[in-house]
Amino acid sequence: MTGIFSLVSACLFVTMGAVDVAFTEAAVGAGIATLLFLCTLALTSSEESPAVRHSFIPFFVVFVTGAILIYGTIDIPEFGDASAPVHQHIAERFIQTSPVEIGIPNMVTSVLASYRGYDTLGEVTVVFTAGIGVLILLGRGRREKLVKHDSDSSA
Amino acid sequence: MEHHLVLRVIAKLLIPLILLFALYVQFHGEYGSGGGFQAGVIFASGFILYALIFGIETLRKVVPLGLLRIVSALGLLLYIGTGVAGMLLGGNFLDYNVLATDPVAGQHLGILLIELGVGITVAAVMLMMFYVFAKP
Repeated sequence: MTGIFSLVSACLFVTMGAVDVAFTEAAVGAGIATLLFLCTLALTSSEESPAVRHSFIPFFVVFVTGAILIYGTIDIPEFGDASAPVHQHIAERFIQTSPVEIGIPNMVTSVLASYRGYDTLGEVTVVFTAGIGVLILLGRGRREKLVKHDSDSSA
Repeated sequence: MEHHLVLRVIAKLLIPLILLFALYVQFHGEYGSGGGFQAGVIFASGFILYALIFGIETLRKVVPLGLLRIVSALGLLLYIGTGVAGMLLGGNFLDYNVLATDPVAGQHLGILLIELGVGITVAAVMLMMFYVFAKP
């Protein structure tokens, strides 16, 4: 379902002229995400295992982070506000000066990689952190299980 | 897996094309659509196709998990390193104008390098996730 949805929205992006976004949607949403979903379905069983322990500190950390994020949204201008900074001059300036300053035809890339370099650095860090998180959550448990199986079979 | 002859032949035909297309998207991202994120995912999907046809253990032999961990960190380091190089040459962090004598050429070089960093990290992380999610 999500794969079909991603493919349809990718086609929608193409018709609206956002080829880069459509490309990402088709590759990530329709390709990798669907595959990971199927892998997860194959990995998990149909019944939920009982919770091992209730820990308070992770809940507290998540709650505080969420509260900070919601506090951050207070400063964001209202939805559809015509006087918001993003509607004032930034887009026009990028469109006018990007060919002169950066000199590459694909303006999406020049905004993404040069003007918004910090944002992209953050995105890459998020991807990297997500990879580490998955590795910590799933990788080690699997290895311990494998080691256990090995010792069981040898004993 | 021995009897899937059609799948194996088609996969062997397709995988080099997928990897080549990923490299095209990576290094042609400045001129056409695409960039590091898309190229990384396509590059990883080529390897994933290999794993689906020839088995995950074969892929583990081709690309070990330890190597992927190092490579994923290397991509991020390349990105940050490009920023720091701009700083060392007298500009701000992630300021590409100073990377070459001409500011526009510097921007080209900087964008190429950070997109390469993005692509390497994304491809490595995607493969890493596939490794731990896939059943052994």
